[in-house]
Amino acid sequence: MENQQNFILRAVNVTKKFGSVTALEDVNLDVHVGKVNVIVGENGAGKSTLMKILSGVYPEYEGKLLLNNEEVTFSNPKDAMQKGIAIIHQELNLIPYLNITENIFLGREIHNSFGFLDSEEMNRRAKEQLNRLNCNLNPKTLISDLRVGEQQLVEIAKAILEDAKVVIMDEPTSAISDTEVESLFKIIDSLKKQNVAILYISHKLDELFKIADRFIGLRDGKIVGSIENAKDAKKDDLIKLMVGRDIKGFYEKETVPFGEEVLRVENISLPKIDHKSSFIIKDINFSVRKGEVLGVFGLMGAGRTELLETLFGLHPTLMTGNIFIENKPVKINSVMDAIKNGMGLVPEDRKADGLVLQMDISKNVSMASVKNVIKNFFLNSTLEDSLSVKYIDSLKIKASSEKQLSGNLSGGNQQKVVLAKWLATTPKVLFLDEPTRGIDVNAKNEIYHVINSLAKQGLGIIVVSSELPEIMAISDRILTLSNSKITGEFTQAEANEEDIMKAAIK
Amino acid sequence: MADIKNTVVKFQSIIALLALCIVLTIMSDKFFTMENGWNIMRQISINVCISIGMTLVILTKGIDLSVGSVLAFTSAVVAGLFKYGIEVHQLDVYIGFTVFGAILTGLIIGCILGIFNGWMITRFKVPPFVATLAMLTIARGATMLWTGGLPITGLGENFNFIGTGWFLGIPMPVWITSILVAVAVIITKKTQFGRHIYAIGGNESAAKLSGININKIKFYVYAIAGVLAAVGGIILTSRLDSAQPNAGMSYELDSIAAVVIGGTSLSGGRGSIMGTVQGALIIGVLNSGLVLLNVSPFWQQIIKGLVILLAVIMDRLNHPNED
Repeated sequence: MENQQNFILRAVNVTKKFGSVTALEDVNLDVHVGKVNVIVGENGAGKSTLMKILSGVYPEYEGKLLLNNEEVTFSNPKDAMQKGIAIIHQELNLIPYLNITENIFLGREIHNSFGFLDSEEMNRRAKEQLNRLNCNLNPKTLISDLRVGEQQLVEIAKAILEDAKVVIMDEPTSAISDTEVESLFKIIDSLKKQNVAILYISHKLDELFKIADRFIGLRDGKIVGSIENAKDAKKDDLIKLMVGRDIKGFYEKETVPFGEEVLRVENISLPKIDHKSSFIIKDINFSVRKGEVLGVFGLMGAGRTELLETLFGLHPTLMTGNIFIENKPVKINSVMDAIKNGMGLVPEDRKADGLVLQMDISKNVSMASVKNVIKNFFLNSTLEDSLSVKYIDSLKIKASSEKQLSGNLSGGNQQKVVLAKWLATTPKVLFLDEPTRGIDVNAKNEIYHVINSLAKQGLGIIVVSSELPEIMAISDRILTLSNSKITGEFTQAEANEEDIMKAAIK
Repeated sequence: MADIKNTVVKFQSIIALLALCIVLTIMSDKFFTMENGWNIMRQISINVCISIGMTLVILTKGIDLSVGSVLAFTSAVVAGLFKYGIEVHQLDVYIGFTVFGAILTGLIIGCILGIFNGWMITRFKVPPFVATLAMLTIARGATMLWTGGLPITGLGENFNFIGTGWFLGIPMPVWITSILVAVAVIITKKTQFGRHIYAIGGNESAAKLSGININKIKFYVYAIAGVLAAVGGIILTSRLDSAQPNAGMSYELDSIAAVVIGGTSLSGGRGSIMGTVQGALIIGVLNSGLVLLNVSPFWQQIIKGLVILLAVIMDRLNHPNED
C-alpha cells in the first residue's frame, strides 16, 4: 500500500486544450518521492504537453497542481525552477559559444556588490555541480568543445543547480552512449537517495526496465493505468499499458534470399580535418548483397553517421578508398553521383536533413527524382501526385492527402515520406541512419516491416543504429564500429548482446 | 473555417491593393485615369524587373544588396559603348556598338557581376549580405570611374524607344517587364529549376541530401539577379536619355520592400513572383496617390517604411512557426 504522503507533486484533473484539440484530459498523476516515475505512451499521447505544464512552460490549463500538498501555480519556467521543479529537455538547450558555467547560470547569473558578474563564484558553484555528477570537466570549457554526452551532463547540472525536488527527464539518453547512460543512472540513484522525485520519459524499453520504479501509462491525453512495482513487470505488460493492445509478434524478421553483391567498399577512410593523421573512420571494408540487411552498431563518436556520409558523397575531397556497385568501381564525388549510382540515404534527423517541412508530401516525395515528374519540359502535378499517392498507399502513410504539409505529420509518418522519396529513385542500395529515432513502438514496427519488404525487393540495406535490440531484430549481419574502425562482425546466429557490446567498446 | 482563413491570407495583398485604389479614387479624381494607370505601371516597371531577381535570391534564403549599383554600372557601360564605342589609339581600332550590341554587352556584364556574387557566396562561403554589400560599393565605384562622375546623355531615338516607346497602346517598359514576369512565373511554378529554388530556401540541408546542386542553382540565381538589374538599368537609361553616375541609389531597398510586402519570406522557401508584383504595385499606387494628394515626398518614405513593417507583421502572424 502506498503511503499517500509519498507524493511530492500531484496533478489534479488537469486538462489542456489547444483550440479544438484536447491534448490532455482529466489527468490525475502522483509523482512519488525518491522514485523514478516513468511515463509511457506513444507519440502524441500528451507526454510532452504534460511535462510542459509541470515545468511551467504552459501556465494556462484547467485543473490544479499540488506541490507538497499545497496548491501551486507556475507563471513561467523560471518560476517553476525556483519552486523546485527542474526539467532536462530532450533537445539540449545550450549556447555553444558560451562555457559550462555561463550555460549553467544562464538567466540566473550571480552578481557581485558592484553589479557586475561574479565569475569566480559562478565557476566555483558550477564545479560543485559537476562534482555531484562525478564529472571532472573544467567549467570554463566551451560547450562546442564538448561531446554530446558531456553536453547532456551539463544540461543535467543546470537542472539540479537549485536543489530541485522534482527532476523531469525527457529522453535524457537519446544522444549519449551506453557508458554515459550508466553514469546517468548512478546519478539518478544518488538523487533518489536524496529524496528527489524523478519523472522520466523514454522510448527505450530496455532502459526503462533498468531504471523504473513505477510506470504510468498515458494514451490519447488520458491516464490509462499504472504499474506500481516496475521491477516485477514484464515487457508485454508495459507495451499493453502504452498501447492498450498486445502487439503480436514484436517484429519477427522474414528470411529473404540473397542475390549478387550490390555494394562493396574497400579501405574507406576519412581523416579529421585538422589532424590529417587521425581518422574519423579508418580502413573500412565490407560488402552487402541484394536482399541483405547489414546492421552497423556503434556508440557515439564511433563514426557511424560519417561512414554513411562518406559513402554518400558528402566528403569527396578528404575521403580515400574504393566503392563498387554491382562489382563495378564508381567515383562518388557528390550526392548527385551517389544517387546516379543507385544509392539513397535516409538521414538521422528527418526534420533538419530529410524533409522540407513547408512543402507538402508530394513535393517531398519527388525531390530526389524530379526528372521523373516532368512532362514536356514542365513539372506535371498529375504525375507528381500519383507518385506520392502510390507511396502513401504502399507505406501506409497516415495523412489527409498528398497535399498535406509534411511538417504537420507525426514523426513516424514523416520518416515514411523520407523513405518514399528514396524509393522513388529506385535505388540499389539504401542507407538508413537511426531510422526509428524518436518514433513510437507501433510506427517502429511498421518501419521494420518496410525494411524487410525492401530487402525482399532486392535492395541492399545498411542500417546504422544505436539501439541494440533493434539492430539485432532486423539485421542479417551486424558490424560493430568503434573508434573509427570495424571491430566485429556477427551473423544472426552469432549475435548476442554481450559480445556485440564488447566489440563496440573495444 | 480554416479554408476561408487560408484564402484570405493568400489574397491579402490583392485585397490591400484594391482597398488602397478605392480609397485613392475617392480622394482624388486624377487617380483612376488611363494616363495615371500607365504612369504607375511604367514607374514600377524597373522595380518589378529588379524585384524578380530579388525574389529568386530571397527564396534561396539569400539577399542581393548590389542590384542598384549593378543597374548603374551596366547602364553606364551600355550608354558609353553605344555613344562612344571602344577606341584603342595604339592599334588604330575603333569598335562601334549598335543598340543591340550595347544592350547585349550590358546584359552580359550584369550576368558576370551576378556570377561574381554567386562565386563569393558559394566558393568562399561569404554571407550573401556581405558579398553583395561589397559588390554594391565596387560597382558604384566602377560606375564613377567609367563615367568620370558625369552623365552620359544623348542616346538618340532608336535607343530611347525602349524606355519611352509604345507598342500596341502599351508602353514598352510594361511590355518588357510583363514578359519577364510571365517567364519568371512559369519558371518558379513549373520547372525543376524553380522547384529546386524553393527546396533550397525551405531546407538547404535536405535539398543537398536529395541530390540538388546547391551551388549551381545559387550561381544561376545571382546571375539572373544581375542580368535583371541590367535590364532595369537599360530601361531607366532610355527613359531618361542618360546614364547617371548615381542611378539606382537605394533601388535595392525598394526591391526588397516589394518582395517582402508581396509575401515572400526573408527566411526563404516561401513566396511568389506574383506576390512581388503585387508588392511593387502597392508601393507604386501608394506613391502615385501621395503625389496626387500633394503629400511631401518625405512622407512617402515614412509611409513606405510603415507599410513594410505592416506587411511583415501580418506575415509573421500568419506563419507563427517560422524561423
